[in-house]
Amino acid sequence: MKKVINNPSNVVKEMLEGIMIAHQESFQKVDGVNGIIKKELKDKVAIVTGGGSGHEPLFFGVVGDGLADGVAVGNVFAAPTPDTVQAVAKAVDSGKGVLFIYGNYAGDVLNFDMAAELLEFDDVTTTTVKVTDDVVSAPVERKEDRRGIAGDLFVIKVAGAAAERGLSLEEVTAATQKANEHTYSIGVALSPGTIPDSGEPTFTLADDEIELGMGIHGEPGMERTKLMPADELTDKLLEKLLDESKLTSDDEVCVLINGLGSTTLMELFIVNRRVAQILDEKGIHIHDIDVNNYCTTQEMGGFSITLLKLDSELKAYYDAPANAPYYKK
Amino acid sequence: MTMEASVTALDAAQVREMILYAGEKIKENKPFLTKVDSAIGDGDHGIGMSVGFTKVEENLKDKEFTTINEVFKTTGMSMVQSMGGASGVIFGTMFLGGVKNLKQKTELDADVLAKIFEASLQAIKERGKASLGDKTMIDALEPAVNGLKESASNSAALLEALKKAEENAAEGVENSKEYIAKFGRAKSLGERAVGHQDAGATSVWIIFKSMREWLEQASK
Repeated sequence: MKKVINNPSNVVKEMLEGIMIAHQESFQKVDGVNGIIKKELKDKVAIVTGGGSGHEPLFFGVVGDGLADGVAVGNVFAAPTPDTVQAVAKAVDSGKGVLFIYGNYAGDVLNFDMAAELLEFDDVTTTTVKVTDDVVSAPVERKEDRRGIAGDLFVIKVAGAAAERGLSLEEVTAATQKANEHTYSIGVALSPGTIPDSGEPTFTLADDEIELGMGIHGEPGMERTKLMPADELTDKLLEKLLDESKLTSDDEVCVLINGLGSTTLMELFIVNRRVAQILDEKGIHIHDIDVNNYCTTQEMGGFSITLLKLDSELKAYYDAPANAPYYKK
Repeated sequence: MTMEASVTALDAAQVREMILYAGEKIKENKPFLTKVDSAIGDGDHGIGMSVGFTKVEENLKDKEFTTINEVFKTTGMSMVQSMGGASGVIFGTMFLGGVKNLKQKTELDADVLAKIFEASLQAIKERGKASLGDKTMIDALEPAVNGLKESASNSAALLEALKKAEENAAEGVENSKEYIAKFGRAKSLGERAVGHQDAGATSVWIIFKSMREWLEQASK
Protein backbone atom coordinates (compact mmCIF):
# COMPACT_ATOMS: atom_id res chain seq x y z
CA MET A 1 0.00 0.00 0.00
CA LYS A 2 1.36 3.40 -0.97
CA LYS A 3 1.46 5.81 1.97
CA VAL A 4 2.48 9.43 2.21
CA ILE A 5 4.82 9.10 5.19
CA ASN A 6 8.44 9.68 6.11
CA ASN A 7 10.18 7.32 8.55
CA PRO A 8 7.39 4.91 9.65
CA SER A 9 8.56 5.24 13.27
CA ASN A 10 7.74 8.96 13.21
CA VAL A 11 4.16 8.86 11.91
CA VAL A 12 2.48 9.67 15.23
CA LYS A 13 4.95 12.41 16.15
CA GLU A 14 4.72 14.09 12.76
CA MET A 15 0.93 13.76 12.63
CA LEU A 16 0.66 15.47 16.04
CA GLU A 17 2.89 18.29 14.85
CA GLY A 18 0.58 18.80 11.88
CA ILE A 19 -2.52 18.70 14.08
CA MET A 20 -1.08 21.27 16.46
CA ILE A 21 -0.26 23.65 13.62
CA ALA A 22 -3.75 23.29 12.14
CA HIS A 23 -5.58 23.77 15.44
CA GLN A 24 -3.27 26.03 17.41
CA GLU A 25 -6.11 28.40 18.25
CA SER A 26 -8.04 25.72 20.16
CA PHE A 27 -5.48 23.06 21.20
CA GLN A 28 -2.47 22.92 23.46
CA LYS A 29 0.08 20.13 23.57
CA VAL A 30 0.80 18.37 26.87
CA ASP A 31 4.54 18.56 27.58
CA GLY A 32 6.60 15.42 27.16
CA VAL A 33 3.82 13.06 26.07
CA ASN A 34 1.59 12.47 23.05
CA GLY A 35 -1.37 14.31 24.54
CA ILE A 36 -3.53 17.23 23.42
CA ILE A 37 -5.92 19.28 25.54
CA LYS A 38 -8.26 22.20 24.98
CA LYS A 39 -6.65 25.60 25.21
CA GLU A 40 -9.40 27.05 27.37
CA LEU A 41 -10.43 24.73 30.16
CA LYS A 42 -13.53 25.19 32.28
CA ASP A 43 -14.22 24.60 35.95
CA LYS A 44 -16.11 21.33 35.46
CA VAL A 45 -15.71 17.56 35.35
CA ALA A 46 -13.09 16.82 32.69
CA ILE A 47 -13.51 14.23 29.93
CA VAL A 48 -10.40 12.39 28.74
CA THR A 49 -10.52 10.03 25.80
CA GLY A 50 -7.87 8.26 23.78
CA GLY A 51 -6.68 5.16 22.03
CA GLY A 52 -4.34 3.98 19.34
CA SER A 53 -3.50 6.21 16.41
CA GLY A 54 -4.57 5.30 12.91
CA HIS A 55 -8.30 5.89 13.50
CA GLU A 56 -8.35 9.63 12.73
CA PRO A 57 -10.23 11.86 13.19
CA LEU A 58 -10.95 9.95 16.42
CA PHE A 59 -9.95 10.69 19.03
CA PHE A 60 -8.27 14.09 18.81
CA GLY A 61 -11.06 15.34 16.52
CA VAL A 62 -13.59 15.37 19.37
CA VAL A 63 -11.53 17.50 21.73
CA GLY A 64 -13.52 20.70 22.03
CA ASP A 65 -16.37 22.53 23.75
CA GLY A 66 -19.16 20.24 24.88
CA LEU A 67 -17.07 17.16 24.08
CA ALA A 68 -13.72 15.85 25.40
CA ASP A 69 -11.22 18.09 27.18
CA GLY A 70 -8.15 16.03 26.41
CA VAL A 71 -6.89 13.09 24.41
CA ALA A 72 -4.12 10.56 25.07
CA VAL A 73 -2.65 9.44 21.76
CA GLY A 74 -1.12 5.99 21.38
CA ASN A 75 1.13 4.51 18.74
CA VAL A 76 -0.59 3.11 15.65
CA PHE A 77 -3.36 0.72 16.81
CA ALA A 78 -1.78 0.57 20.29
CA ALA A 79 -3.24 2.05 23.47
CA PRO A 80 -1.58 5.19 24.89
CA THR A 81 0.89 4.63 27.75
CA PRO A 82 -0.16 5.12 31.39
CA ASP A 83 2.07 8.17 31.84
CA THR A 84 0.51 9.78 28.76
CA VAL A 85 -3.00 9.28 30.15
CA GLN A 86 -1.81 10.47 33.57
CA ALA A 87 -0.26 13.66 32.19
CA VAL A 88 -3.34 14.49 30.11
CA ALA A 89 -5.69 13.88 33.05
CA LYS A 90 -3.59 16.05 35.35
CA ALA A 91 -3.54 18.81 32.76
CA VAL A 92 -7.34 18.96 32.42
CA ASP A 93 -8.45 18.27 36.00
CA SER A 94 -10.06 21.30 37.62
CA GLY A 95 -10.39 19.45 40.93
CA LYS A 96 -13.82 18.08 40.00
CA GLY A 97 -12.50 14.79 38.68
CA VAL A 98 -11.83 13.16 35.34
CA LEU A 99 -13.96 10.71 33.36
CA PHE A 100 -12.09 8.32 31.05
CA ILE A 101 -13.99 7.24 27.92
CA TYR A 102 -12.41 4.80 25.49
CA GLY A 103 -13.21 1.75 23.39
CA ASN A 104 -13.12 -1.53 25.31
CA TYR A 105 -9.86 -3.15 24.16
CA ALA A 106 -7.48 -5.08 26.44
CA GLY A 107 -4.59 -2.66 25.84
CA ASP A 108 -6.64 0.46 26.53
CA VAL A 109 -8.13 -1.03 29.70
CA LEU A 110 -4.69 -1.97 31.08
CA ASN A 111 -3.12 1.39 30.34
CA PHE A 112 -6.03 3.59 31.50
CA ASP A 113 -6.42 1.48 34.66
CA MET A 114 -2.72 1.84 35.44
CA ALA A 115 -3.04 5.59 34.84
CA ALA A 116 -5.99 5.73 37.24
CA GLU A 117 -3.80 4.09 39.92
CA LEU A 118 -0.99 6.58 39.30
CA LEU A 119 -3.48 9.47 39.49
CA GLU A 120 -4.55 8.45 42.98
CA PHE A 121 -1.13 9.63 44.12
CA ASP A 122 -1.79 12.96 42.41
CA ASP A 123 -5.18 13.32 44.15
CA VAL A 124 -7.02 13.23 40.85
CA THR A 125 -10.29 11.31 41.09
CA THR A 126 -11.15 9.27 38.01
CA THR A 127 -14.05 7.19 36.75
CA THR A 128 -14.24 5.11 33.59
CA VAL A 129 -16.79 4.27 30.93
CA LYS A 130 -15.61 1.69 28.41
CA VAL A 131 -17.51 1.93 25.14
CA THR A 132 -19.00 -1.45 24.15
CA ASP A 133 -21.21 -0.67 21.16
CA ASP A 134 -20.08 -3.39 18.70
CA VAL A 135 -22.92 -5.91 18.96
CA VAL A 136 -21.09 -8.62 17.00
CA SER A 137 -17.96 -8.63 19.19
CA ALA A 138 -19.53 -10.71 22.01
CA PRO A 139 -22.95 -12.23 22.71
CA VAL A 140 -25.40 -10.25 24.82
CA GLU A 141 -24.64 -12.42 27.90
CA ARG A 142 -21.11 -11.05 27.81
CA LYS A 143 -22.07 -7.51 26.85
CA GLU A 144 -19.26 -6.09 29.00
CA ASP A 145 -16.73 -7.87 26.73
CA ARG A 146 -17.91 -6.07 23.62
CA ARG A 147 -15.54 -3.74 21.79
CA GLY A 148 -15.99 -0.06 21.09
CA ILE A 149 -16.20 1.26 17.53
CA ALA A 150 -17.85 4.37 16.02
CA GLY A 151 -20.32 4.56 18.93
CA ASP A 152 -17.50 6.28 20.83
CA LEU A 153 -18.72 9.47 19.18
CA PHE A 154 -22.24 9.38 20.68
CA VAL A 155 -20.97 8.38 24.11
CA ILE A 156 -18.41 11.21 24.17
CA LYS A 157 -21.07 13.65 22.92
CA VAL A 158 -23.40 12.82 25.81
CA ALA A 159 -20.56 12.90 28.36
CA GLY A 160 -19.34 16.27 27.15
CA ALA A 161 -22.81 17.79 27.34
CA ALA A 162 -23.43 16.40 30.82
CA ALA A 163 -20.10 17.77 32.05
CA GLU A 164 -20.79 21.15 30.45
CA ARG A 165 -24.00 21.35 32.46
CA GLY A 166 -21.93 21.36 35.64
CA LEU A 167 -22.97 17.97 36.99
CA SER A 168 -20.82 16.01 39.45
CA LEU A 169 -18.37 13.32 38.34
CA GLU A 170 -20.81 10.68 39.57
CA GLU A 171 -23.71 12.16 37.60
CA VAL A 172 -21.68 12.68 34.43
CA THR A 173 -20.45 9.08 34.67
CA ALA A 174 -23.99 7.77 35.10
CA ALA A 175 -25.26 9.69 32.06
CA THR A 176 -22.31 8.43 30.02
CA GLN A 177 -22.88 4.87 31.13
CA LYS A 178 -26.48 5.20 30.04
CA ALA A 179 -25.41 6.54 26.64
CA ASN A 180 -23.14 3.53 26.22
CA GLU A 181 -25.94 1.15 27.13
CA HIS A 182 -28.17 2.83 24.54
CA THR A 183 -25.60 2.73 21.72
CA TYR A 184 -25.54 -0.16 19.24
CA SER A 185 -23.21 -0.55 16.29
CA ILE A 186 -22.43 -3.07 13.58
CA GLY A 187 -19.81 -2.89 10.87
CA VAL A 188 -18.84 -4.53 7.62
CA ALA A 189 -15.36 -4.83 6.12
CA LEU A 190 -14.63 -4.73 2.38
CA SER A 191 -10.86 -4.36 2.42
CA PRO A 192 -8.08 -4.00 5.01
CA GLY A 193 -6.17 -0.99 6.28
CA THR A 194 -2.37 -1.11 6.44
CA ILE A 195 -0.09 -0.79 9.48
CA PRO A 196 2.31 2.00 8.42
CA ASP A 197 5.33 0.47 10.20
CA SER A 198 5.15 -3.04 8.77
CA GLY A 199 3.31 -2.19 5.56
CA GLU A 200 1.18 -5.25 6.27
CA PRO A 201 -2.61 -5.31 5.84
CA THR A 202 -4.55 -5.81 9.09
CA PHE A 203 -6.36 -8.81 7.51
CA THR A 204 -6.95 -10.40 4.13
CA LEU A 205 -10.18 -10.74 2.19
CA ALA A 206 -10.63 -12.00 -1.37
CA ASP A 207 -11.51 -9.33 -3.94
CA ASP A 208 -15.15 -10.37 -4.13
CA GLU A 209 -15.57 -11.02 -0.39
CA ILE A 210 -16.81 -8.97 2.56
CA GLU A 211 -17.04 -9.78 6.25
CA LEU A 212 -20.16 -8.82 8.16
CA GLY A 213 -19.51 -7.64 11.69
CA MET A 214 -15.73 -7.49 11.37
CA GLY A 215 -13.97 -5.26 13.92
CA ILE A 216 -12.00 -2.17 13.00
CA HIS A 217 -8.64 -3.96 13.42
CA GLY A 218 -9.79 -6.98 11.44
CA GLU A 219 -11.25 -8.87 14.40
CA PRO A 220 -13.42 -11.66 12.98
CA GLY A 221 -17.11 -10.91 12.50
CA MET A 222 -20.18 -13.08 12.09
CA GLU A 223 -20.09 -14.05 8.43
CA ARG A 224 -17.75 -13.93 5.45
CA THR A 225 -19.74 -13.69 2.26
CA LYS A 226 -19.70 -12.49 -1.34
CA LEU A 227 -20.14 -8.80 -2.02
CA MET A 228 -23.82 -7.93 -2.42
CA PRO A 229 -25.85 -4.83 -3.41
CA ALA A 230 -25.94 -1.99 -0.87
CA ASP A 231 -29.59 -2.47 0.07
CA GLU A 232 -29.24 -6.18 0.68
CA LEU A 233 -26.12 -5.59 2.78
CA THR A 234 -27.74 -2.80 4.77
CA ASP A 235 -30.80 -4.97 5.41
CA LYS A 236 -28.64 -7.77 6.81
CA LEU A 237 -26.72 -5.44 9.11
CA LEU A 238 -29.80 -3.58 10.31
CA GLU A 239 -31.64 -6.80 11.01
CA LYS A 240 -28.94 -7.81 13.49
CA LEU A 241 -28.78 -4.32 14.96
CA LEU A 242 -32.53 -4.03 15.46
CA ASP A 243 -32.64 -7.48 16.98
CA GLU A 244 -29.90 -6.51 19.46
CA SER A 245 -31.26 -3.08 20.31
CA LYS A 246 -34.85 -4.27 20.72
CA LEU A 247 -36.06 -1.05 19.13
CA THR A 248 -39.78 -0.91 18.48
CA SER A 249 -42.11 1.48 16.76
CA ASP A 250 -42.29 4.93 18.37
CA ASP A 251 -38.74 4.62 19.68
CA GLU A 252 -36.55 7.54 18.77
CA VAL A 253 -32.95 7.22 17.55
CA CYS A 254 -29.90 9.08 16.29
CA VAL A 255 -28.16 7.39 13.38
CA LEU A 256 -24.48 7.42 12.50
CA ILE A 257 -23.25 6.01 9.20
CA ASN A 258 -19.49 5.87 9.68
CA GLY A 259 -17.04 5.22 6.87
CA LEU A 260 -13.96 3.16 7.75
CA GLY A 261 -11.51 5.00 5.50
CA SER A 262 -11.78 4.32 1.81
CA THR A 263 -15.50 3.82 1.36
CA THR A 264 -16.82 6.96 -0.32
CA LEU A 265 -19.47 9.36 0.92
CA MET A 266 -21.44 8.40 -2.18
CA GLU A 267 -21.63 4.83 -0.90
CA LEU A 268 -22.34 5.93 2.68
CA PHE A 269 -25.30 8.04 1.53
CA ILE A 270 -26.69 5.08 -0.44
CA VAL A 271 -26.55 3.05 2.78
CA ASN A 272 -28.06 5.91 4.74
CA ARG A 273 -31.02 6.11 2.38
CA ARG A 274 -31.76 2.44 2.98
CA VAL A 275 -31.34 2.70 6.75
CA ALA A 276 -33.82 5.58 6.84
CA GLN A 277 -36.32 3.66 4.67
CA ILE A 278 -36.27 0.66 6.98
CA LEU A 279 -36.46 2.60 10.23
CA ASP A 280 -39.36 4.51 8.70
CA GLU A 281 -41.15 1.29 7.77
CA LYS A 282 -40.77 0.08 11.35
CA GLY A 283 -42.14 3.33 12.75
CA ILE A 284 -38.86 4.21 14.47
CA HIS A 285 -38.39 7.99 14.58
CA ILE A 286 -35.10 9.41 13.41
CA HIS A 287 -34.10 12.42 15.49
CA ASP A 288 -30.81 13.06 13.72
CA ILE A 289 -28.56 11.49 11.11
CA ASP A 290 -24.80 11.88 10.78
CA VAL A 291 -23.01 10.50 7.70
CA ASN A 292 -19.27 10.90 8.08
CA ASN A 293 -15.86 9.32 8.61
CA TYR A 294 -15.20 9.53 12.36
CA CYS A 295 -13.71 6.19 13.33
CA THR A 296 -11.48 4.99 10.51
CA THR A 297 -8.73 2.40 10.16
CA GLN A 298 -6.39 3.94 7.65
CA GLU A 299 -7.62 3.01 4.15
CA MET A 300 -9.88 0.19 5.36
CA GLY A 301 -12.97 -0.27 3.20
CA GLY A 302 -16.38 -0.67 4.75
CA PHE A 303 -18.68 1.17 7.13
CA SER A 304 -20.60 0.83 10.35
CA ILE A 305 -24.12 1.75 11.38
CA THR A 306 -24.68 3.08 14.89
CA LEU A 307 -28.02 3.68 16.58
CA LEU A 308 -28.38 5.71 19.76
CA LYS A 309 -31.71 5.02 21.40
CA LEU A 310 -32.91 8.27 22.90
CA ASP A 311 -34.87 9.17 25.97
CA SER A 312 -35.55 12.73 27.09
CA GLU A 313 -32.30 12.96 29.07
CA LEU A 314 -30.05 11.62 26.29
CA LYS A 315 -31.88 13.72 23.71
CA ALA A 316 -31.15 16.92 25.60
CA TYR A 317 -27.45 16.03 25.86
CA TYR A 318 -27.31 15.05 22.21
CA ASP A 319 -28.82 18.37 21.13
CA ALA A 320 -26.55 20.50 23.31
CA PRO A 321 -24.00 22.64 21.45
CA ALA A 322 -20.57 21.21 20.70
CA ASN A 323 -17.58 22.51 18.84
CA ALA A 324 -14.46 20.50 18.01
CA PRO A 325 -12.34 20.31 14.84
CA TYR A 326 -14.26 17.30 13.55
CA TYR A 327 -17.60 17.61 15.31
CA LYS A 328 -19.96 20.53 15.55
CA LYS A 329 -23.50 20.80 16.80
CA MET B 1 33.99 -9.84 30.19
CA THR B 2 35.00 -13.21 31.55
CA MET B 3 33.97 -15.05 34.63
CA GLU B 4 34.13 -18.54 35.99
CA ALA B 5 31.89 -21.18 34.46
CA SER B 6 30.26 -21.87 37.80
CA VAL B 7 29.28 -18.22 38.22
CA THR B 8 26.66 -17.93 40.93
CA ALA B 9 25.87 -14.24 40.92
CA LEU B 10 25.93 -11.16 38.68
CA ASP B 11 26.36 -7.56 39.77
CA ALA B 12 24.14 -4.71 38.55
CA ALA B 13 26.40 -3.82 35.62
CA GLN B 14 26.36 -7.41 34.41
CA VAL B 15 22.59 -7.66 34.75
CA ARG B 16 22.34 -4.48 32.70
CA GLU B 17 24.48 -6.08 29.97
CA MET B 18 22.36 -9.23 30.05
CA ILE B 19 19.13 -7.27 29.61
CA LEU B 20 20.63 -5.15 26.83
CA TYR B 21 21.58 -8.37 25.05
CA ALA B 22 18.03 -9.74 25.45
CA GLY B 23 16.75 -6.47 23.97
CA GLU B 24 19.00 -6.85 20.94
CA LYS B 25 17.67 -10.34 20.38
CA ILE B 26 14.07 -9.18 20.68
CA LYS B 27 14.75 -6.46 18.11
CA GLU B 28 16.42 -8.99 15.79
CA ASN B 29 13.30 -11.13 16.10
CA LYS B 30 10.88 -8.30 15.20
CA PRO B 31 9.94 -9.83 11.81
CA PHE B 32 9.49 -13.27 13.39
CA LEU B 33 7.29 -11.91 16.20
CA THR B 34 5.28 -9.91 13.67
CA LYS B 35 4.70 -13.08 11.68
CA VAL B 36 3.65 -15.06 14.75
CA ASP B 37 1.29 -12.29 15.90
CA SER B 38 -0.21 -11.68 12.45
CA ALA B 39 -1.51 -15.25 12.32
CA ILE B 40 -3.99 -14.67 15.16
CA GLY B 41 -3.45 -11.16 16.55
CA ASP B 42 -3.14 -7.76 14.94
CA GLY B 43 0.49 -8.16 13.96
CA ASP B 44 1.96 -5.37 16.06
CA HIS B 45 3.60 -7.36 18.86
CA GLY B 46 7.07 -7.34 17.27
CA ILE B 47 6.80 -3.60 16.60
CA GLY B 48 5.76 -2.88 20.19
CA MET B 49 8.47 -5.04 21.77
CA SER B 50 11.05 -3.46 19.53
CA VAL B 51 9.91 0.06 20.52
CA GLY B 52 10.08 -1.00 24.18
CA PHE B 53 13.59 -2.43 24.08
CA THR B 54 14.86 0.54 22.06
CA LYS B 55 13.76 2.72 24.98
CA VAL B 56 15.30 0.25 27.45
CA GLU B 57 18.61 0.53 25.62
CA GLU B 58 18.40 4.32 25.70
CA ASN B 59 17.79 4.34 29.45
CA LEU B 60 20.22 1.57 30.47
CA LYS B 61 23.14 2.14 28.16
CA ASP B 62 25.32 4.84 29.60
CA LYS B 63 24.11 4.72 33.16
CA GLU B 64 25.73 3.34 36.28
CA PHE B 65 23.59 1.04 38.40
CA THR B 66 24.45 -0.23 41.85
CA THR B 67 21.40 -2.37 42.54
CA ILE B 68 19.62 -5.08 40.56
CA ASN B 69 16.38 -3.39 41.59
CA GLU B 70 17.25 -0.21 39.68
CA VAL B 71 18.13 -2.14 36.53
CA PHE B 72 14.85 -4.04 36.53
CA LYS B 73 12.83 -0.95 37.44
CA THR B 74 14.40 1.14 34.67
CA THR B 75 13.78 -1.67 32.20
CA GLY B 76 10.13 -2.02 33.19
CA MET B 77 9.42 1.72 33.28
CA SER B 78 11.02 2.17 29.86
CA MET B 79 8.65 -0.42 28.43
CA VAL B 80 5.52 0.90 30.17
CA GLN B 81 6.28 4.45 29.05
CA SER B 82 7.16 3.75 25.45
CA MET B 83 5.15 0.81 24.15
CA GLY B 84 1.51 1.37 24.90
CA GLY B 85 -0.95 -1.38 24.06
CA ALA B 86 -1.50 -4.37 26.33
CA SER B 87 2.08 -5.56 25.96
CA GLY B 88 3.52 -2.29 27.29
CA VAL B 89 1.86 -2.75 30.66
CA ILE B 90 2.29 -6.53 30.75
CA PHE B 91 5.94 -6.74 29.70
CA GLY B 92 6.72 -3.63 31.74
CA THR B 93 5.25 -5.43 34.75
CA MET B 94 7.42 -8.48 33.94
CA PHE B 95 10.40 -6.34 35.01
CA LEU B 96 8.75 -3.81 37.35
CA GLY B 97 6.50 -6.15 39.32
CA GLY B 98 9.34 -8.35 40.48
CA VAL B 99 11.31 -5.63 42.25
CA LYS B 100 8.40 -3.61 43.61
CA ASN B 101 8.63 -5.23 47.04
CA LEU B 102 12.13 -6.67 46.77
CA LYS B 103 14.80 -5.58 49.27
CA GLN B 104 17.66 -3.74 47.55
CA LYS B 105 19.98 -6.35 46.01
CA THR B 106 23.44 -5.79 44.59
CA GLU B 107 23.77 -9.36 43.35
CA LEU B 108 21.57 -11.55 41.20
CA ASP B 109 21.77 -15.28 41.89
CA ALA B 110 19.35 -18.08 41.05
CA ASP B 111 17.40 -17.44 44.24
CA VAL B 112 16.95 -13.70 43.61
CA LEU B 113 16.09 -14.34 39.96
CA ALA B 114 13.41 -16.83 41.00
CA LYS B 115 12.00 -14.38 43.58
CA ILE B 116 11.90 -11.53 41.04
CA PHE B 117 10.09 -13.40 38.31
CA GLU B 118 7.75 -15.14 40.75
CA ALA B 119 6.59 -11.74 42.00
CA SER B 120 6.36 -10.48 38.39
CA LEU B 121 4.16 -13.41 37.44
CA GLN B 122 1.85 -12.63 40.36
CA ALA B 123 1.67 -8.95 39.40
CA ILE B 124 0.94 -9.76 35.76
CA LYS B 125 -1.82 -12.18 36.72
CA GLU B 126 -3.44 -9.57 38.93
CA ARG B 127 -3.22 -6.84 36.34
CA GLY B 128 -4.16 -8.86 33.27
CA LYS B 129 -6.52 -11.26 35.07
CA ALA B 130 -5.20 -14.13 32.94
CA SER B 131 -4.08 -17.63 33.95
CA LEU B 132 -2.08 -20.46 32.46
CA GLY B 133 -3.87 -21.81 29.39
CA ASP B 134 -5.44 -18.52 28.30
CA LYS B 135 -3.01 -18.21 25.36
CA THR B 136 -1.03 -15.30 26.76
CA MET B 137 2.60 -14.69 27.75
CA ILE B 138 1.77 -16.40 31.07
CA ASP B 139 1.83 -19.72 29.21
CA ALA B 140 5.62 -19.31 28.94
CA LEU B 141 6.31 -17.21 32.04
CA GLU B 142 4.64 -19.48 34.58
CA PRO B 143 6.56 -22.64 33.57
CA ALA B 144 9.76 -20.57 33.35
CA VAL B 145 9.18 -19.30 36.89
CA ASN B 146 8.55 -22.87 38.06
CA GLY B 147 11.88 -23.84 36.52
CA LEU B 148 13.64 -20.98 38.32
CA LYS B 149 12.05 -21.89 41.65
CA GLU B 150 12.99 -25.53 41.26
CA SER B 151 16.58 -24.60 40.39
CA ALA B 152 16.80 -22.19 43.31
CA SER B 153 15.59 -24.78 45.77
CA ASN B 154 18.28 -27.16 44.46
CA SER B 155 20.88 -24.40 44.93
CA ALA B 156 21.64 -24.57 41.20
CA ALA B 157 24.02 -22.15 39.49
CA LEU B 158 22.52 -19.16 37.69
CA LEU B 159 23.22 -20.65 34.26
CA GLU B 160 21.49 -23.89 35.18
CA ALA B 161 18.49 -21.93 36.40
CA LEU B 162 18.28 -19.92 33.18
CA LYS B 163 18.63 -23.08 31.10
CA LYS B 164 15.72 -24.63 32.95
CA ALA B 165 13.65 -21.45 32.57
CA GLU B 166 14.36 -21.33 28.83
CA GLU B 167 13.50 -24.99 28.38
CA ASN B 168 10.23 -24.64 30.28
CA ALA B 169 9.33 -21.42 28.42
CA ALA B 170 9.90 -23.19 25.07
CA GLU B 171 7.61 -25.98 26.19
CA GLY B 172 5.07 -23.36 27.26
CA VAL B 173 5.17 -21.72 23.83
CA GLU B 174 4.57 -25.13 22.26
CA ASN B 175 1.64 -25.77 24.62
CA SER B 176 0.14 -22.36 23.86
CA LYS B 177 -0.63 -23.62 20.35
CA GLU B 178 -3.32 -25.88 21.76
CA TYR B 179 -5.07 -23.22 23.81
CA ILE B 180 -8.11 -21.13 22.92
CA ALA B 181 -7.39 -17.45 23.47
CA LYS B 182 -9.25 -15.71 26.30
CA PHE B 183 -7.72 -12.26 25.81
CA GLY B 184 -6.74 -9.78 23.15
CA ARG B 185 -7.74 -9.86 19.58
CA ALA B 186 -7.21 -13.60 19.14
CA LYS B 187 -10.11 -14.15 21.55
CA SER B 188 -12.76 -13.69 18.91
CA LEU B 189 -11.14 -16.44 16.78
CA GLY B 190 -12.17 -19.22 19.19
CA GLU B 191 -11.10 -22.62 17.85
CA ARG B 192 -9.54 -20.96 14.82
CA ALA B 193 -6.58 -19.81 16.96
CA VAL B 194 -5.68 -23.39 17.88
CA GLY B 195 -2.46 -24.51 16.21
CA HIS B 196 -0.88 -21.05 16.50
CA GLN B 197 1.54 -20.12 19.27
CA ASP B 198 1.04 -16.97 21.33
CA ALA B 199 3.27 -14.06 20.37
CA GLY B 200 3.70 -12.80 23.95
CA ALA B 201 4.72 -16.28 25.14
CA THR B 202 7.21 -16.35 22.26
CA SER B 203 8.74 -13.08 23.49
CA VAL B 204 9.08 -14.48 27.02
CA TRP B 205 10.92 -17.48 25.61
CA ILE B 206 13.26 -15.23 23.58
CA ILE B 207 14.02 -13.17 26.69
CA PHE B 208 15.00 -16.22 28.79
CA LYS B 209 16.84 -17.81 25.88
CA SER B 210 18.93 -14.71 25.27
CA MET B 211 19.69 -14.22 28.98
CA ARG B 212 21.00 -17.80 29.00
CA GLU B 213 23.03 -17.14 25.84
CA TRP B 214 24.58 -14.00 27.30
CA LEU B 215 25.57 -15.74 30.51
CA GLU B 216 26.96 -18.71 28.61
CA GLN B 217 29.09 -16.46 26.42
CA ALA B 218 30.21 -14.36 29.36
CA SER B 219 31.15 -17.47 31.31
CA LYS B 220 33.52 -18.72 28.60
